[in-house]
Amino acid sequence: MALNKDSRSYIFIMALVLCMACAVVVSGAAVSLRPLQEHNKLLDQRANVLAVVGLREPGMDVNAVFNDRIETLVIDLETGEEVQGVDPQNYDMFAAAKESGSNVALSGAEDIAGIGAIPKKAIVYLVRDDEGNVRNYVFPVAGYGLWSTMYAYVALEDDANTIAGVTFYDHAETPGLGGEVSNPEWQEQWVGKEVYNDEGEAAFRLTKGGVDPQREGSEHKVDALSGATLTSNGVSNLMKFWFSEMGYKPFIERNARG
Amino acid sequence: MADNLKGLVKEPVFDNNPIILQVLGICSALAVTAKLETAVTMALAFTAVCSLSSFFISFLRNITPSNIRIIVQMTVIASLVVVADQVLRAYLYDIARQLSVFVGLIITNCIILGRAEAYAMKNPPIPSFFDALGNSLGYSFILVAVGVVRELFGSGSLMGVQILPLASEGGWYVGNGLLLLPPSAFFLIGFLIWGIRTWKPEQVEKPDYQIHQVHRTEVL
Repeated sequence: MALNKDSRSYIFIMALVLCMACAVVVSGAAVSLRPLQEHNKLLDQRANVLAVVGLREPGMDVNAVFNDRIETLVIDLETGEEVQGVDPQNYDMFAAAKESGSNVALSGAEDIAGIGAIPKKAIVYLVRDDEGNVRNYVFPVAGYGLWSTMYAYVALEDDANTIAGVTFYDHAETPGLGGEVSNPEWQEQWVGKEVYNDEGEAAFRLTKGGVDPQREGSEHKVDALSGATLTSNGVSNLMKFWFSEMGYKPFIERNARG
Repeated sequence: MADNLKGLVKEPVFDNNPIILQVLGICSALAVTAKLETAVTMALAFTAVCSLSSFFISFLRNITPSNIRIIVQMTVIASLVVVADQVLRAYLYDIARQLSVFVGLIITNCIILGRAEAYAMKNPPIPSFFDALGNSLGYSFILVAVGVVRELFGSGSLMGVQILPLASEGGWYVGNGLLLLPPSAFFLIGFLIWGIRTWKPEQVEKPDYQIHQVHRTEVL
């Protein structure tokens, strides 16, 4: 029986078989490489936490330094209290935000960062100095920019107000425009800025047209990204959200201001 | 046979280079060559995808209905690209992050589809593999050459190792900022095309038309 290569049924069967074969290859690769990728991701996150508090050096053993210097706390976002009985090594707060039961859905007006839901329990990293006093707090934050949810770590000094560093480690904003959130030179401008104003409100935001250090309120402002208004708004909103009552403010008031 | 295969691999590197002569695949050549490390990784990923996809497409050529042959080719190429991307993410995480979307965009690289349509659909798998390998090497050669110039003169280093000490770090070399930006690759590829066509004048394209010489004997 000669195959008619141009018959409709042959075309469908050929396409179906090819797609199945390719699907098996692709999913096989994805599944078998997943553990290595997860390992890399964890290592990268830890390296980012170290980088934001200035402990990262090229070629160092990230895991060893992380375990040595960084203390990971799981906190209840609503009360700001530390939660016992959750293994901080295996707790992924942004994954928990997606699961009903472990998350709190946000209403439209509350959800200024555009993330839909927040986890009940969040992670805070502490860096201690040699005497055991807290030197830095590192807060994981997330918010929607133009195309994607941007993930970042914000490190504060021991006063829980002055920014010690920031690193946007995962986003899919436009390269060259919004993608500049991951530009180290821009992130450098954040250092020394203050999150809260005298009334205790989260006042940090990005502003257009540069920051004049003489003007009032410049200690809360960083130059916005050119050509990326929506990404910049997203950054302002995520800072406003995560350092408000809904975010880390209860923890900060409880621990650092008490 | 062996000589023939050698020719298939060698010819596209200088004589029929996909970037220099056919001017294909320019987009990724601009985007990933600011550093040699990303250029080399991209070249390897591209070589793997291009050679294997030509091999498999040629393998399927006799059972591929001509109506959907482009779809079949794209499916094979896209699957291989996803696999290459997954492998890079598992083993070369930092570089994979820098390459970001460009590994995925190998799918749209016209060199691969060009080889699939022009060669693999008409020839057996083994020659197709070597033909695609040669074209990938031609592409890789340009990528690496441009990457070397851009990283060395743009940031004074090669593979991340500082070679020319930068003025901003107390050395004497002032990096050329233009070379770090994608448009500089246009200039470099332009110079390469000029150089190679001076060396091999047969690559110079014939003028599209010649201005007609009017002679006095002709009746106007």
